[in-house]
Amino acid sequence: MKFAVLVFPGSNCDRDMYFAVKDSLGEEAELVWYQDDVDLTDYDALLLPGGFSYGDYLRSGAIASTSGILRQIIKAADEGKPVLGVCNGFQVLLEAGLLPGAMLPNRDLKFMCHFEELVVENNQSMFTRQYAPNERISLPIAHGDGNYFCDEATYERLQANQQIAFTYAANPNGSVGDIAGILNEQGNVLGMMPHPERAVEQLLGNEDGLRLFQSIVTYWRDHYAINA
Amino acid sequence: MHKVKVYITLKEGVLDPQGKAVQNSLHALEYDNVADVRVGKYMEVLLNDEGNLDAQVDEMCDRLLANPVIEDYSYMIEEVS
Amino acid sequence: MPSTLEVNPEKIEENRLYAEMGLSDQEYDSIKTILSRRPNYTEVGLFSVMWSEHCSYKNSKPVLSKFPTEAAHVLQGPGEGAGVIDIGDEQAVVFKIESHNHPSAVEPYQGAATGVGGILRDVFSMGARPIALLNSLRFGSLKHPRVKYLFEEVVHGIAGYGNCVGVPTVGGEVQFDDAYAGNPLVNAMCVGLINHQDIQKGIASGVGNTVMYVGAKTGRDGIHGATFASEELTEESESKRPSVQVGDPFMEKLLIEACLEVIHHDALVGIQDMGAAGLTSSASEMASKAGTGMEMNLDLVPQRERGMTGYEMMLSESQERMLLVVETGREQEIADIFDKYDLEAVAVGHVTEERQFRLRHHDVVIADVPVDALAEDAPVYHQPSQVPAYFTENQERDPYYPVIDDLSETLHALLKQPTIASKEWVYDQYDSMVQTNTVVTPGSDAAVLRVRGTGKALAMTTDCNSRYIYLDPETGGKIAVAEAARNIVCSGGKPLGITDGLNFGSPENPEIYWQMEKSVDGMSEACRTLNTPVISGNVSLYNEAHGGQAIYPTPVVGMVGLIEDLEHITRSDFQEPGDVIFLLGDARPEFGGSELQGLLEGQHFGQAPELDLETELARQQAVQQAIAAGLLQSAHDVAEGGLAVALAESMFTNGLGCEVDVDGDLTTELFSETQSRFVVSVAQENVAAFETMVPEAKQIGTVTDSGVYTLTSSGRTIVEEPTTSLRDTWKGAIPCLVKSKA
Repeated sequence: MKFAVLVFPGSNCDRDMYFAVKDSLGEEAELVWYQDDVDLTDYDALLLPGGFSYGDYLRSGAIASTSGILRQIIKAADEGKPVLGVCNGFQVLLEAGLLPGAMLPNRDLKFMCHFEELVVENNQSMFTRQYAPNERISLPIAHGDGNYFCDEATYERLQANQQIAFTYAANPNGSVGDIAGILNEQGNVLGMMPHPERAVEQLLGNEDGLRLFQSIVTYWRDHYAINA
Repeated sequence: MHKVKVYITLKEGVLDPQGKAVQNSLHALEYDNVADVRVGKYMEVLLNDEGNLDAQVDEMCDRLLANPVIEDYSYMIEEVS
Repeated sequence: MPSTLEVNPEKIEENRLYAEMGLSDQEYDSIKTILSRRPNYTEVGLFSVMWSEHCSYKNSKPVLSKFPTEAAHVLQGPGEGAGVIDIGDEQAVVFKIESHNHPSAVEPYQGAATGVGGILRDVFSMGARPIALLNSLRFGSLKHPRVKYLFEEVVHGIAGYGNCVGVPTVGGEVQFDDAYAGNPLVNAMCVGLINHQDIQKGIASGVGNTVMYVGAKTGRDGIHGATFASEELTEESESKRPSVQVGDPFMEKLLIEACLEVIHHDALVGIQDMGAAGLTSSASEMASKAGTGMEMNLDLVPQRERGMTGYEMMLSESQERMLLVVETGREQEIADIFDKYDLEAVAVGHVTEERQFRLRHHDVVIADVPVDALAEDAPVYHQPSQVPAYFTENQERDPYYPVIDDLSETLHALLKQPTIASKEWVYDQYDSMVQTNTVVTPGSDAAVLRVRGTGKALAMTTDCNSRYIYLDPETGGKIAVAEAARNIVCSGGKPLGITDGLNFGSPENPEIYWQMEKSVDGMSEACRTLNTPVISGNVSLYNEAHGGQAIYPTPVVGMVGLIEDLEHITRSDFQEPGDVIFLLGDARPEFGGSELQGLLEGQHFGQAPELDLETELARQQAVQQAIAAGLLQSAHDVAEGGLAVALAESMFTNGLGCEVDVDGDLTTELFSETQSRFVVSVAQENVAAFETMVPEAKQIGTVTDSGVYTLTSSGRTIVEEPTTSLRDTWKGAIPCLVKSKA
């Protein structure tokens, strides 16, 4: 399986994502610079890494969401390809309208970085099928703008459609409904603030994040590998 | 040439942690009369006099300058030499 | 035409305008001798920044020359952007520490942020990828609202910059003491990783080669920052705000990636950061080091503001700028690489054979001075030195011995002291994990990062107990190096070398000059014994706030160590119930400069703890050996607050308990800060082997799963506290101080 890691000016978790896929997951990965003349249909899954694209100067993820390559990402998402946005990648997906809602500064206005306990709310998606129902996992967070906001109608829709993938066991940032990660309606786009790519080796803490990537691989094998 | 002054504010009902922090600080300085503070953004955009300026500014705000999920915008256009 | 705003050379001399730029009459006269004429306004500016303490080390050179700087594993000592040490497998570690004290005192967010930006550029200009940031901070008491503001904004600034560029901030130290109330210290350290073949130098060699300017445009910010950093803080400093630069970490991130790509291009000859004194220092130093000259056309320098004079461009300290020398005719190849990152690379001059530094602006030569006169020929001052009266008085005093009533209360009170209390409030704001190499995150003795693709890791720390140094600079200097090494050793590493961040008051005060001399003597001796040469560093003088109150002498030690095998990585926390706790080293009643003295007396006096370097080395080697043999579960040095605090700190992460028995004088055993001591824990099955290997170690107790911290003496319980209660005290202290309204 071949993953594309999209690199925007100011992305800084791109290499982490790349190493997570290549070294820990053992699948193919390529770093794709946002201006490269590439055809994203050549890849089986798209990963939008964390960082501070364009310095997050207007709003986190806002400027990256207007770049040309987003058209290809939207097309891939429409076609059902797995698209994962982590941290700033999540913010880009929100700004691009691929996921509902928006990000606000953390409740206490501070950047925070530590392991945080999460609850797997939906273990049926292509990203979470390796987790047990309501399993508690621990992943690092590292963000200043991770306070997820949406209006009540949207929140109810997210709940009704099982679009809430992860919640925080103890809400660190003020997110609506303790939300840590959400899926689109089709279930093939996941945006999350915690960093699964930072939890793929026992040496660095735990391997709870690795199973997210393994979920994508097993899903892909079940559905597409026969044709490959 | 026109100067556009764009004001971006958080929609009513959206929690504004920055505004709350400023409000608390003002209260700490004993400005007890402060009932609420909302923090927003201010931008100046210089535009050449081409086409419908209002329509252009609206579009810019909708597409990039403001995020309609959480933000409102307003603007003033002034002529500059 | 040169700007009419600039006064003519005669007027400069007549009105002693050079003095406003920080040059003495003598210095002005020697410039006249060098040039055989009066310097013009721009030239006076060039000399004033290049001959400032910050760029020339004119007051500290005689002291700095005492440091040992060589060893077989040192690939690059002081003199370049940063020092380089071999770690085997054709790889090397690059590191340096730098101060940003004065800018941070005036505008804490930007001062701290640009301090981080500057030290990053020093490291990646060597060709190394920055892999970690650390910082060493000093503030006054958090009870003052202004100090609280400085503390919060400095931390915020470090986080704002470091998090954005994607280099993890993995460690450091924060201490609070009234001596820093008017003059905080902000020292930032960066560690980079490099392949030997990629090591770059800041040289302008090859006559005819092109000088290229890369990065942010030049504005009027930071003009006279270098001289500003070499002046005492006065009431007027507050109004000098324009001197403080504003950082753009996004631009820096692009520069890092672009420069790390450019270093692999064979058209690149030399590369250097435009740090203090901006274009002037980078250009003149690159030429001076290569034995060449340089000619630049300032009309070509990218400018952010209109109507800038040559003086302003040359002295600007706008951030995120680099100077490159590239082979002539191949400029476009270099420009193309920067273009990918939306960065401008512009040819602004060329390397000349004649060793002059010649600047043109609007078709007029506005400066023409010998390159070496700027970069090499700054005066060197041997300042007078005098033993301070306070030192003699302290030495003659009877040793201080504290009287305490209640051991548990004392332990709680010590854990609450801001210097000992948990710094989680600080480091939680730093992204400590980006780049996914951080094995031991902030809060342990040293941070540990694995070297990807190898079985090795690096340990790193910053240390300096300035109270000891104040009381006894020579012994305190030794302790600073020894403690840093202890932290590296406890993490499983072998100390490799240090970078020094020397922060002192005015060198023109003989007593302060003496502090400098003595502390450097002490550090040098420790560096020689522990085989940790000084490979880079920075000097910040004139750290004196309103009324001439100098800070405590604070020579910060940044140390990096090599962990040969990932299996050797060791933490300070107790791991398993049943493990046996050993203490290495006996306590003596040493309380001068201790936390307990500060707590009880509100000040520090008497004698600093003694340090015997041979004992230190032997114990460090014993711990290293035991770790290499796989015998240790945890290792922690006994530092501020003594054994009682060291034991408590060892229990917090895993929430375990301990039962420890002490005998002798309890105050001394529990709270003395006698040096060269370690608390280690050993699994039952390894106890015999450990005792054989380290016969000096004394069994003092066991790790338990009770969640209770129990101390006994002569058969009775003297302290019995739930670990959670101690932890709450320790964790809550700083958030509580920050939140409390003054």
